[in-house]
Amino acid sequence: MANDLLEIKNLRLSFFVPSGEVKAINNVSVSLKRGDVLGLVGESGSGKSVLSHAVMGFVSPPGKILGGSIDFNGLRINEMTEKEKRIIRGTEISMIFQDPMTSLNPVYPIGTQICEVLMLKNKMNRKTAWYKAEQLIKSVGIIDPQRRLTQYPHEFSGGMRQRIMIAIALACEPRLVIADEPTTALDVTTQAQILELMLEMKEKKGMAIIITTHNLGIVANMCDRIAVMYGGTIVEYGTVMDIFYESRHEYTKGLINSIPKLTAKKEEKLVPIEGTPLNMLVPPLGCPFAPRCKLCMAICLKKRPPYTQIASVHYSACWLNQKEEFERDAINV
Amino acid sequence: MSKLVEVEDLKLHFKLGRRLCVKAVDGISFYVKKGETFGIVGESGCGKTTMGKTILRLLEPTGGKIFYDGEDITNVNMQKYRKKMQIVFQDPYASLNPRMTIANIVGEPIDIHNLAATPQDRKDKINEILQHVGLNSEQANRFPHEFSGGQRQRIGIARMLAISPEFVVCDEPVSALDVSIQAQIINLLHQFQEEFGLTYLFIAHDLSIVRYMSNRIGVMYLGKLVEVAESDELVFHGVHPYTKSLISAIPIPDPKAKNCGEKVILSGDFPSLLNLPSGCRLRTRCPCARELCEDSEPILQEISPGHLVACHNCQ
Repeated sequence: MANDLLEIKNLRLSFFVPSGEVKAINNVSVSLKRGDVLGLVGESGSGKSVLSHAVMGFVSPPGKILGGSIDFNGLRINEMTEKEKRIIRGTEISMIFQDPMTSLNPVYPIGTQICEVLMLKNKMNRKTAWYKAEQLIKSVGIIDPQRRLTQYPHEFSGGMRQRIMIAIALACEPRLVIADEPTTALDVTTQAQILELMLEMKEKKGMAIIITTHNLGIVANMCDRIAVMYGGTIVEYGTVMDIFYESRHEYTKGLINSIPKLTAKKEEKLVPIEGTPLNMLVPPLGCPFAPRCKLCMAICLKKRPPYTQIASVHYSACWLNQKEEFERDAINV
Repeated sequence: MSKLVEVEDLKLHFKLGRRLCVKAVDGISFYVKKGETFGIVGESGCGKTTMGKTILRLLEPTGGKIFYDGEDITNVNMQKYRKKMQIVFQDPYASLNPRMTIANIVGEPIDIHNLAATPQDRKDKINEILQHVGLNSEQANRFPHEFSGGQRQRIGIARMLAISPEFVVCDEPVSALDVSIQAQIINLLHQFQEEFGLTYLFIAHDLSIVRYMSNRIGVMYLGKLVEVAESDELVFHGVHPYTKSLISAIPIPDPKAKNCGEKVILSGDFPSLLNLPSGCRLRTRCPCARELCEDSEPILQEISPGHLVACHNCQ
């Protein structure tokens, strides 16, 4: 679609490690409209962080993009040189990292770190940058900004540091913010504050957000669209309602059933997903979820399921949705 | 049901110098009945793990009393009680010795307590336990690094089960695991409770998991219990502002659902344990703090049968 801000098509990305090739992203296509919030949900090792890093152009050896394209606002990110990528980072796309403890430089005061972005990207002089930085950290809810700007990261708590990360990410008013597990390192009460802040900033500035997380509660509250990832592919994609109420993939259903809900009846038993997560060094031939799937059929082990369109924006990669084609194939096999 | 474990005014203060002192656990009293699960929730740094370890006397308390089955165990030699009281640690990557095989990890408590008469007996016992937790006997001679996080946590549970304890402290047993694996471990713990009549002290920061596991829940904040109640009572009729904020902070995995009760979002951050606020410890973040909260510290009082709260505004 022409008005898509970001379009990823058939992306394949592998890491070449001594023990073999790890197909971290295997044929992933996803798009994002302006001002939308996309949630990438999956377990550790499902490829959600690699995907979000690839959008920023952070792919370094042993990682390599083998095919497909990432188009952002008319620019093809995977074909840009490092110099060109640097221009759009910060001003067009910016990132909020998972761990606010390690992603700020410990030897500079935070004011310097916020000003660095503004001076480099917006060509501001030190004085105006400092003034802008004051406004920025005030807008993310830090009181007494003048004093706070001269302090070092270790003088802030985890939640405060994540607020500063958000301030840095939003400094140049990017069109797209990628939040890679922004609250995993934080406590629940702080997490609620940060999520509230992110939504508030989105309302104000109208940027699009990609948020990666393993917490289904966060995506239910924050996102417009959800992509569920497993074993390096998107297994299901749709609106929040599609995913939570009309799911057509066993992994998504399993994920929803396996988390305890605070207000549910106690007698409701949790239904765990059996088995263990995928070993990405020896990926299965067919559907990545097949070895753990309760409804696994013969074909699931042999062939990767194609996407079936279920509703206007709801896609699922499961052979059960392809009954007709499956039956035809079964005769051939 | 009789009380299996009871603590009275339990204190653990870490001295960091002549004047500095971290009051990690500061006067906690509660009891755990036989066969039930008592849950403890709180943010990181509130002292829940320290408290769990103190009850097992892995850390020596600086004050208060611990009772096990009616006997005071605060100052006794713990050897006799180690067989009855066990722990499952939070981090399955750090709590298993990387140089020991699974059979030896699970067999060690059996050796220590002399529970196996012959080597064959020991081997049979180990295999039986491994099968119980969903591992097979061929895996017994492997090392911890060959297992995934969920499997390692199963090994941790097998080690605890090896000497058939009565009371188990589960210290965040699932927080290091992937979402799809968490339910497996929770169900396993549930199953063993029914099978062996275990009593759990279940510590976690995730209220929805604690509620799923526990009969009663205690909410901890900065080394103190602020509310104790039956788990449903706490979730649906919790009155302490901190409990309410914990409940409304949990993102509900259902786009249509509304958070139950009123939404309370705490302002600010966890204060430093070295410099606790005067009076009520929550007052710097509490939306309904009054002058009284600054002057005097609220004590845990019963507001209805079995429901205890420490808050000036709720009593």
